[in-house]
Amino acid sequence: MAAASNNQPLLEVRNLRVEFPTRRGTLLAVDDVSFDIAPGEVLGVVGESGAGKSLTGNAIIGLLEPPGRVAGGEIRLEGRRIDNLPYEQMRKIRGARIGAIFQDPLTSLNPLYSVGRQLVETIQTHKPLSAAQARTRAIDLLKEVGIPGAEMRIDHYPHQFSGGMRQRVVIALALCADPRLIVADEPTTALDVSIQAQIIALLKRLCREHGTAVMLVTHDMGVIAETADRVAVMYAGRVAEIGPVRDVVKHARHPYTKGLMGSIPSLGVRTDRLTQIDGAMPRLTEIPSGCAFNPRCTFKGQRCLVERPNLMPAGDTRAACWLHDRGGVGAPILKETVDA
Amino acid sequence: MIAFILRRLLQSIAVLLTVGLVAFSLFRYVGDPINSMVGQDTPASEREALRERLGLNDSPPIQFLRFIGNAAQGKFGLSYRTSEPVGRMIVERLPATLELSFCAAVFALFVGVPMGVYTGLYPKHWSSRLMQAVSLIGISLPTFVIGILLILVFAVWLHWLPSFGRGETVMLFGWWPTNFLTVKGLQALILPSITLGLFQLTLLMRLVRSEMLEVMRTDYIKFARARGLTNRAINFGHALKNTLVPVITVTGLQLGALIAFAIVTETVFAWPGVGQLFIQSVQFSDIPVMAAYLMLIGLLFVLINLTVDLLYFVVDPRLRSQGGTARVAGH
Repeated sequence: MAAASNNQPLLEVRNLRVEFPTRRGTLLAVDDVSFDIAPGEVLGVVGESGAGKSLTGNAIIGLLEPPGRVAGGEIRLEGRRIDNLPYEQMRKIRGARIGAIFQDPLTSLNPLYSVGRQLVETIQTHKPLSAAQARTRAIDLLKEVGIPGAEMRIDHYPHQFSGGMRQRVVIALALCADPRLIVADEPTTALDVSIQAQIIALLKRLCREHGTAVMLVTHDMGVIAETADRVAVMYAGRVAEIGPVRDVVKHARHPYTKGLMGSIPSLGVRTDRLTQIDGAMPRLTEIPSGCAFNPRCTFKGQRCLVERPNLMPAGDTRAACWLHDRGGVGAPILKETVDA
Repeated sequence: MIAFILRRLLQSIAVLLTVGLVAFSLFRYVGDPINSMVGQDTPASEREALRERLGLNDSPPIQFLRFIGNAAQGKFGLSYRTSEPVGRMIVERLPATLELSFCAAVFALFVGVPMGVYTGLYPKHWSSRLMQAVSLIGISLPTFVIGILLILVFAVWLHWLPSFGRGETVMLFGWWPTNFLTVKGLQALILPSITLGLFQLTLLMRLVRSEMLEVMRTDYIKFARARGLTNRAINFGHALKNTLVPVITVTGLQLGALIAFAIVTETVFAWPGVGQLFIQSVQFSDIPVMAAYLMLIGLLFVLINLTVDLLYFVVDPRLRSQGGTARVAGH
């Protein structure tokens, strides 16, 4: 393992490609995706359904569902390559170094075991603790995620918890072995809106306290703006724009990012119509040549139709758009002007 | 839960009363019992006296109540064929059937469930496909054909195992003849157990397989992987336990079926169990034995179903949470 220097990223994803062999040919679901996550950093990953964000997360934890597979590129954790590890070695990293939180807390827990049993088995899988020590740690974790009466609740079964409480248990499970990184795949999508903010705040606080980095996959720009340090916007399997969250939110370079920002309804501004990006993301089988966004882009030029843009630096962010250097200059992208 | 058990007990009693009514109507409608008990030249006055003594002149509801009352004490009268008490005849033969059914069930469970787990975990492996194909044979071949084929191969050609009978038995507690304590007894058990259990084995294997395939796709299995649990813990701890509720249901029902339908296997292997007794009774219209057999099988099914219902509570905590531990709301 390479010596971890202070400025070394915790996670490096380089030119990641994920493909799905199907009868009608191989689909490239994640295409040449690269990004870093620094220790303790929260990277938000946004995009529409099918943009490849969840697949990227699954590839990192080594749980792509067959027939999906990593077809190229590298994933490094603390300098050590993890995308080509045998199952058993990757298993020891999962849970211990990389935790995961999935979308639906109602189905993430095994209904037949008490939450305590599920916590204890996870702790004992990764840490050399006795059953009694593991149970003490499990109670501490439940307290930490804000479950009242943890000493009693530990013996309860998942169905005895509400959705929000179950997601807290899931977070406790992800934190069992003090991972360095948590891949949170739409952790709040299945919850009531009033609970979402609590769960996000909890996740943010815990990761700050533990120094855990988070890859927060979501399609909710609001959550990203509140929580993330940096944000990566994905579109049709590629990163469209990546940079510090403030820059991306305020000075989006990519027309798609602008559209996303513009589509967040803001309070106090009455509009008759909600802003939206016209059209839909292309299917993986029908990605146009040139820039994948070009059918929906109001600024496309000749170059956009033939040549695919890679990420290009623009200020503090990088955007995959031929107009990246002019993108921020107040040009009206959609019918309504974006008010940031 | 106590209320649940009480409700189930009441239902069980209702089922047994219904079975009892069917058994009782055998006496009334399958010929006149007096005719089979007395000679042809018995005078009508004597017949009438016997009829009076046996209570056959009472109204049917009274007779039914008396029948149920006796049945509850294990009294089913005398066999028309051997004039022995029916209760004793059944008790003498029940151990043979129970031991055979038990071995067949153990064989089906301990081979069928692992095969189901394996084919569910590796559905595309060639050995899984082979097991799937072979299980089709087990499902489609009738029991007696399997029994006869096994006798042909292992008894006639290879001379490895006996082709009929219980072999040597040893008396346990003075009244339970068992096969389990002698080598010959155990050898005699092998072929009939396989014959009787093969169908259940393939049924269980296919059931566990499809349940496993479904469970392995669930979010909690994916999350268990994300927690880094070992494959062993995931496959046998988390996945298998979630397939248990349907497996217990089917095993319970099939256990009843094993005992009830041991008739065919017992006939093929000349196994001296209650199934064989039943076949003989049918040939002789020995109604008391048939009625007792009917009641016995009804009782077994009811008991097994009751046990199965109680096992659900052991396996699935969601069924347990009534009353005090109801879902505590709050975020």
